[in-house]
Amino acid sequence: MNTNEKSKSLRMLIKIRGFREFGIIIFIIVISILIGIRNPRFLTWGNIHDMLLDTAILSILAVGMTLVLVTGGIDLSSESGLALTGMIAGMMIKDNPHLSPILMLLFGIVLGSILGAITGLIVSKGKVFPIIATLSMMYVYRGITFIISGGKWINAYEMPDSFKTMATGRLLGFSNLIAIAIVVYLVFYFFVNHTRTGREIYAVGSNFEAARIIGINTGFIIWLVYTLSGALYGLAGVMWVARYASAQNDTASGFVMTIVAACVLGGVSISGGVGTISGVLLGSIMIGIINNALPMIRVSPFWKMALQGLIILVAVLVNILISRNAEKAQLKQREARAMYHE
Amino acid sequence: MSNKEKLNFSTLFRWEGLLVILIIGTSIVNGRLSTHFWSYAGIMDALAVFLEKGFMVLSMVFVLIIGDIDISVASITALSSVVMALFFKTGLPMELAIFVALAVGAGCGFFNGMLISRIPNLSAIIVTLAGSSLYRGIAYILLGDQAVGGFPSWYSYLAWGYIGKTNIPFIMVAFLLGAILYGFILHRSTFGRKVYSIGNNLTAARFSGVPVAKIKQIIFTLNGLMAGVAAVFLTSKLGSSRPNIATGYELEVIAIAVLGGVSPSGGRGGIVGACLALILMRLLRYGMGLKNIPGQVMMVIIGIVLVCVVMIPNLLTFRKKPIKLSKTQE
Repeated sequence: MNTNEKSKSLRMLIKIRGFREFGIIIFIIVISILIGIRNPRFLTWGNIHDMLLDTAILSILAVGMTLVLVTGGIDLSSESGLALTGMIAGMMIKDNPHLSPILMLLFGIVLGSILGAITGLIVSKGKVFPIIATLSMMYVYRGITFIISGGKWINAYEMPDSFKTMATGRLLGFSNLIAIAIVVYLVFYFFVNHTRTGREIYAVGSNFEAARIIGINTGFIIWLVYTLSGALYGLAGVMWVARYASAQNDTASGFVMTIVAACVLGGVSISGGVGTISGVLLGSIMIGIINNALPMIRVSPFWKMALQGLIILVAVLVNILISRNAEKAQLKQREARAMYHE
Repeated sequence: MSNKEKLNFSTLFRWEGLLVILIIGTSIVNGRLSTHFWSYAGIMDALAVFLEKGFMVLSMVFVLIIGDIDISVASITALSSVVMALFFKTGLPMELAIFVALAVGAGCGFFNGMLISRIPNLSAIIVTLAGSSLYRGIAYILLGDQAVGGFPSWYSYLAWGYIGKTNIPFIMVAFLLGAILYGFILHRSTFGRKVYSIGNNLTAARFSGVPVAKIKQIIFTLNGLMAGVAAVFLTSKLGSSRPNIATGYELEVIAIAVLGGVSPSGGRGGIVGACLALILMRLLRYGMGLKNIPGQVMMVIIGIVLVCVVMIPNLLTFRKKPIKLSKTQE
């Protein structure tokens, strides 16, 4: 009886979550058609490809942020970590133009992991609240970017063609950047759903004490998610510099709002324990569509920031409503069962 | 009970004593760097430049003591300033425009507080994070990348003026009055006791009849209001308003409060420590300014200081001695 009840409530939760993702897909289709009517250029293959290209970087960052959010933390430092790795990579490629782009991507991952590991140590060993630790590191990494660059930009003409074509080159009809994003998603889908460590991340996020008591190394898991987030923003940093062919001090300034918006739209809970890789992908695509569509329907770029804040608020409220309804339905079911037994 | 109180007092005194020692040390270093530092007028001016942040620190202390955080304050300051400037531009007298700025600040804070206190499971982190994008975003919608200036000449008195013919800056008197008021509310009123009780144990506070939602609402509204006050003084200091003013203030305000002994996990700290930390931070910035250290580097240093202040007591585990309850207590 008990297992039956459990499987039923689980099935219902899956249904609700599936319904949510289905809802996002419907919303994406409807909004695309509406924008397409306003501006037919929106639905051309060229524009869709451009949109996916922009979404590729965002979606990679959103995966890292999701892992952190699932443990109940938040990583505000990702935007300036991205800028710092991008700047260092840009300076390296300027001085050594013969370096291969793949090596640069690996370098970005390693450098980002180091930055993320520092943040992770502060949170896991230093027991500093994630919001305070990452808010500080956000300004620290941004400041270091400024210091090492001396306030100068790395411009397109200072970068070798091999590096820039990494972003423009194509693999099986898709841009390389989109291919990288697909690989990242496959790897992390497997990691989160089919490895022990991946499941432990969810365990730590849903009930920290319980996770500690059953023997999960919670400190390591917390450290790991920030390090993985670092590896992903390091990768994204190199991709960003290649895509826009410039490394600046204010690269991605304020971008963390976009990342968080993509995550909460995709159903990741801020209080931890809840969030799927597929949901985050849909959330990123939706943010990509909104960002791409705003100029197309002649909305001033000044609206972007306020809209992002609004999107985060609405998405979080919707998340809370959905989870509350799911809990209520579960309670009702249990109540009915108890009455039946009486 | 008395035993515990004594313990709290002694740790507080130690922390505040440490801050005083640091202030004296920094002043000596600053005196070596600049011969103009050790003058009455010099010190007054050095402190006055910084005080608009102090207003934000006062109410941030309350927010941190109840165990929440508000990272939207800098954006509320920007929005209040922009709305005030726009109302002034459309012909409203400056006196009324100032009230508009305060109202906008309080309104934003009220909105934050309403969401945080009324909706369960909604954390202050995400509300104020979204708010920081929303409020500054509205400022950008209203003003774009322009600046509005041309305020009446008396308005600059708020940030730059002195009381009568003395060397006491007006803003310093205003800040001291604010600090005394907030100190009184926090340390000498039932409201203050309730704030501490929420920070120490939210559930216990709720069960002993503390109106948690109402107090959270009031505190976040106050925090917005003080961001509006800071906007009035900051705009007076700058002489014009732009949507990107006050960038990064949230870090500094939180850093000052935490440096002053306010624990971000709630329940600990006070106004005196925060004021001392404000002075210390200003003197540090003054010294760094004398050494021509750029603002970006200062942000790096402030960030590292904030992390270290929170982290070091956590790493020194021997600090945590079990509190012995005296038997006579019962």
